[in-house]
Amino acid sequence: MIVSLADLKQGQKGKIVSLITNNIPLKLLEMGCLPGNDVTLLHTAPFQCPMYLDVNGSHLAIRREVAREIEVEIQ
Amino acid sequence: MAKDINVSLIGNPNTGKTSVFNLLTGLNQQVGNYPGITVERKSGVCKLPRGVKAHIIDLPGTYSLNASSLDENVVIEVLLNKKDKDYPDVAVVVSDVENLKRNLLLFTQIKDLGIPTILAINMADQMDRKGITLDIPELEKRLDTKIVLMSARKKKGIDDLKQAIASYKKVPVGSCVDVFKIDPPYFEKLQKAFPKQSLYKLWLVITQDVNFANINRNTIPDTSEFHTKKKSELKRLQQKETIKRFQFINDTLKATQTIDLAQAKGFRAQLDKILIHKVWGYVIFFAILLFIFQAIYDWSGYPADLIDSAFAWLGEKVKAIMPSGALTDMLSEGIIPGIAGVAIFIPQIAFLFLFISILEESGYMSRVVFLMDRVMRRFGLSGKSIVPLISGTACAIPAVMATRNIEDWKQRLITILVVPFTTCSARLPVYLIIISLIIPDERVAWIFGYQSLTLMALYLIGFIAALGSSWLLSKYLKMPSSNLFVVEMPNYKVPLWKNVAINVYEKTKDFVTEAGKIILAISVVLWMLASYGPGKQFNNATEIVTEANPGVVGDILENKIESHKLEHSYIGYAGKFIEPAVAPLGYDWKIGVALISSFAAREVFVGTLATIFSVGNEAETTIKNRLLTEVNPKTGKYLFNFATGISLLLFYAFAMQCMSTIAIVKRETNGWKWPIIQTIFMSGLAYVSALIAYQVLI
Repeated sequence: MIVSLADLKQGQKGKIVSLITNNIPLKLLEMGCLPGNDVTLLHTAPFQCPMYLDVNGSHLAIRREVAREIEVEIQ
Repeated sequence: MAKDINVSLIGNPNTGKTSVFNLLTGLNQQVGNYPGITVERKSGVCKLPRGVKAHIIDLPGTYSLNASSLDENVVIEVLLNKKDKDYPDVAVVVSDVENLKRNLLLFTQIKDLGIPTILAINMADQMDRKGITLDIPELEKRLDTKIVLMSARKKKGIDDLKQAIASYKKVPVGSCVDVFKIDPPYFEKLQKAFPKQSLYKLWLVITQDVNFANINRNTIPDTSEFHTKKKSELKRLQQKETIKRFQFINDTLKATQTIDLAQAKGFRAQLDKILIHKVWGYVIFFAILLFIFQAIYDWSGYPADLIDSAFAWLGEKVKAIMPSGALTDMLSEGIIPGIAGVAIFIPQIAFLFLFISILEESGYMSRVVFLMDRVMRRFGLSGKSIVPLISGTACAIPAVMATRNIEDWKQRLITILVVPFTTCSARLPVYLIIISLIIPDERVAWIFGYQSLTLMALYLIGFIAALGSSWLLSKYLKMPSSNLFVVEMPNYKVPLWKNVAINVYEKTKDFVTEAGKIILAISVVLWMLASYGPGKQFNNATEIVTEANPGVVGDILENKIESHKLEHSYIGYAGKFIEPAVAPLGYDWKIGVALISSFAAREVFVGTLATIFSVGNEAETTIKNRLLTEVNPKTGKYLFNFATGISLLLFYAFAMQCMSTIAIVKRETNGWKWPIIQTIFMSGLAYVSALIAYQVLI
């Protein structure tokens, strides 16, 4: 099933399918946020923002609106 | 004869690059700024085998060569310009063994520039614990480079690194991945137009021009005719390029690296569970803040008092030993107290940076950013602004310096501009004496006194002013701000004390040498204005006062003379000169003088009033009683009524009245523009609110 990264629940894992390019900072890609890589939502701050992710072994936090632009596939 | 070589240290943030730098150079380093911008430039010297002397430049941390901030842009400027004095003979890419995949992206980019590039894999001591094994010879072959395994923390591998740097001529030069397959026609055309240039360099110039800012072009060709692609197309290509590089890196690491995941988990997850917990995370953060605040506010009081009395003693000694005269006076009453005024801040600054470096080094600061981002965002700030804002309650000077941790320049500038609104400890004595004058010492509901409620209200007003103006500034300040929020959450580490110590030392030194000069200069000027005056009234003060007060002797006479002198000094005339401007706020010239001398430091207000009302250095109750009975000759009413008091409180809450803060803002923003705007804005707000308060209440 394909959902937005923002819809993952805490602890849930998915595979990145696509990025809606123009709204995604290049920096995010450079930190390993690329199609084909695994992503796990580790924690969220109160009100679900920011989101703390493990992408391909990199640990990083992004804001919710950026996460909405990333599509992931969950089993 | 061996020649000197330039070495650039490059790497992602949190790879221990600075530890490697400290290890290579020891205390043999210099910290300055790149010309015209507030990006720190760290350089140092290292002696290599065979008598080679290496100039090491620690370039700002970056994830790639596609810059999105001034710091990152510095890296490109240095690496693209062969004539730059920092242009490296050899680059050392420092990477962290745990994040090798991500770190190698930058490595492949640097390699494409045609600079000999050594890969230093740091934190190698963690490999066993994390279950990582690496096939170094194979990795060297695939990446076409020299690899050094090291651990800056355990001081291992540093000699290997020095050796590798010394034999940099043996390091292969050239790309290890062909990224231009992503759009062959475009890149072929580009290469044809500039056959002598490295293709990757050309590509970088084009994308940087379009995405960030025009880079300084001395030796860089004009590629503007190749700006044929739309911004979105270029971005698409950059993404393809990044993906291409990661494909290469993934293949390379698959063949050379194994990670036993079973061993990898643990510590981070456990700590994160508590430290960024939705409730406990905040409790712990505020407990830590309280602790830091306590240290700056309270503990630094002891060394500060020591410094204070040491300089006072020195001033007395100088006065006693040297022949009396203008020079001695200037030294003992102008210059020595001026230096004391600088030195007195040193404990506070050192304490704050001690804690900030520990928080940074340990990896906790990223968690704070994570916790606070949501709240701070509403006011146009980021999670990182919280530490400066809160440390501003101790003193604005270390707080302004603490904003260096904010990467985004717009957010950093806004934080610098609003920090002085938070109630610093120097306002406290002023608040206390005015509150005790105008607010009755009574209680509501037995517990809360009106006086303490007023004090709390003043602290709140400070915070509201800070957040309100940052909201306004974020709306109206037009400057590029990368609103992208991508924060790396690094592993937790025990801080390296050497790094902490060097950081505290550098920051303190920076304050003393940069802001200290201005503070000293203005102190001396203020002292001169208060100690000299034009005409007979000042010069013959003793005779005039003695004649006018027959029968008065001793301390009382002395105090009256001092008061008379101050009235007829230059600063006294300045106070009278501004009286028409401050009269609508309910002040007379005496308060005017106190306002002007508050520029040296706000707490001087109390002392100046004491002198001007000729009560000498007596107990506070005396000053209080004297102030209470003072009558304003113009209105015939008591000078200190409720309206004047509130008006003064508001004035002190908002006005930018501290030259030390102005000096440090000038230092941190690299010019007079922002401190001047800030002073006008804050003092304007102070004036208007004091005016309204007085006119409404009177």
